Amino acid sequence: MGIEAYVAVSAALFALGIVCILVRRNILYVLFGIEMILNAANINFVAFNRFNGDGLEGRMFAVFVIILAAAEAAVALAIVLNVFHLFHSVTPSEVDRLRE
Amino acid sequence: MENTSRPFYAALVVLALVLLGWGMQAAHAEGLAFGLFAFLTIGGGLVCIWERSVVRSAFSLLATFSGVAGFYVLLGADFIAVAQILIYVGGILALLLFGVMLTPPDMNERKLTRVLSGLGIVGAGTFWVAMKVGGSANWVVDPNLAEIASRPKQIGVGFLAMNLPDGEPGYVVAFELAAILLTVALVASVYIARRKKSDLEEPALEGGNA
Repeated sequence: MGIEAYVAVSAALFALGIVCILVRRNILYVLFGIEMILNAANINFVAFNRFNGDGLEGRMFAVFVIILAAAEAAVALAIVLNVFHLFHSVTPSEVDRLRE
Repeated sequence: MENTSRPFYAALVVLALVLLGWGMQAAHAEGLAFGLFAFLTIGGGLVCIWERSVVRSAFSLLATFSGVAGFYVLLGADFIAVAQILIYVGGILALLLFGVMLTPPDMNERKLTRVLSGLGIVGAGTFWVAMKVGGSANWVVDPNLAEIASRPKQIGVGFLAMNLPDGEPGYVVAFELAAILLTVALVASVYIARRKKSDLEEPALEGGNA
């Protein structure tokens, strides 16, 4: 498969992530969408690494993106739990204060 | 099964057949695998957006992450594929499921018109950009493509070396920064998520309706 096929799938996954963030009214779907977008970026990194030379830059970048995603998921889950505790709601538009 | 989901899953089956058939005629065995992984990735994302239940959406991400791991295998990056399955499927998905379990379900949150118009508008925009890029971009592909090799040893050396054997700079600084970031993120998330002492005492006084 050529590089265009991988870029096309990556673009589709990125678009799905954007839609997931935009259309659902639940903070958890924002997290799902972010994960999809990060995965789409990762497909591109690894694909371009495969089709350009024999370096490992793209794969290294992909590993760091995965690490960042793990850190982001842990902090985001803590924030979601706190938001629910504070507002008794998980709708992003109802979360409009930083303190009680 | 609600009656709107029947046409959706029928369309999903059609998408699977289209992707598999297109992959078959493009590059036989590899194309078939590509089509399967593309269907897992895109179908999982679609189900995640479509489903009413947050639990089903979270589990559909399992297909998406596994499909992406399959792409890594096809691209010869076995190490990244295993890391993807370990961290995304084993770690991040479990974290997201904790989030799902600790928040209340709301089956009326999904609005069909929002979902359909969002898919239509963003899909049309992405398609337009893809046509623009596909018509003008000149992908520079290495003419003598390297053999597919996972090379985990070079990745390990790259993480821990200031200078690689071929003279390129290594990634040890970024690696250490990632370690610090993970430590800070873990401590911070525990600090944010912890219940304060007053939170634990108040509900008991009010009869436990926190």
